[in-house]
Amino acid sequence: MECHFEMKEGKLTVMVPKELDHHCANQLRKETDLLIDAYRIRTLVFDFTNTEFMDSSGIGVVIGRSRNMKFFGGQVYAEHMNPRVEQIFRVAGLHRLVQVQEK
Amino acid sequence: MKVSFDADSVNERLARMLVAAFMAPMDPTLDQLTDVKTAVSEAVTNAILHGYEGKEGEVELECRRQEEELWIQIRDYGKGIADVKKAMEPFYTSRPELERSGMGFAFMEAFMNRVEVVSKLGEGTTVYMRKQIGGNVE
Repeated sequence: MECHFEMKEGKLTVMVPKELDHHCANQLRKETDLLIDAYRIRTLVFDFTNTEFMDSSGIGVVIGRSRNMKFFGGQVYAEHMNPRVEQIFRVAGLHRLVQVQEK
Repeated sequence: MKVSFDADSVNERLARMLVAAFMAPMDPTLDQLTDVKTAVSEAVTNAILHGYEGKEGEVELECRRQEEELWIQIRDYGKGIADVKKAMEPFYTSRPELERSGMGFAFMEAFMNRVEVVSKLGEGTTVYMRKQIGGNVE
């Protein structure tokens, strides 16, 4: 599962892969944290355009990144979630932690 | 169907695909399919991450069709759970340092009709799950 990233002026967009499970979450966590530290990212966006599957491991990664970003005064957003992913977000209460936006 | 595979996280996807293939003849709705795949993903992840703590081991996946009901068993021969009730509490995790959400069992219970966990310290854990599948069912 490849994770893709886009960076522009202190904003990092993570293109979340098609399936975000424990296996992918570990990789995504490492790469995202590396980029956030290296480039002093202030805005983190999780883009779920390509995501069809997500389990609670994905929730853990989003929560972890959100906490880290907010600790340093950053912002976190989630966008382009399909109904299923959005349902997972709500069941886990993530919509209270991360701002959901439809572009 | 009874399958066993290495307790490697790369096999979480394999487990989801195997169950999806097994339940296909039951004519699941898309929601039911995704529900079951999610629950299986959670149970297999638990076996790998908590049962074997990332070390080597075998995970067994068993599926059975009982008319319109899908029965699934996921078993590991790892660490075992000391307090099953506590483990199943939403947001509880024995590994907070790994950024676990503690929602694994909560998701299993949300997406399956019935979830039972049998575990013995030092011997392993089996998760039993059931779900009604088909067009006439919610």
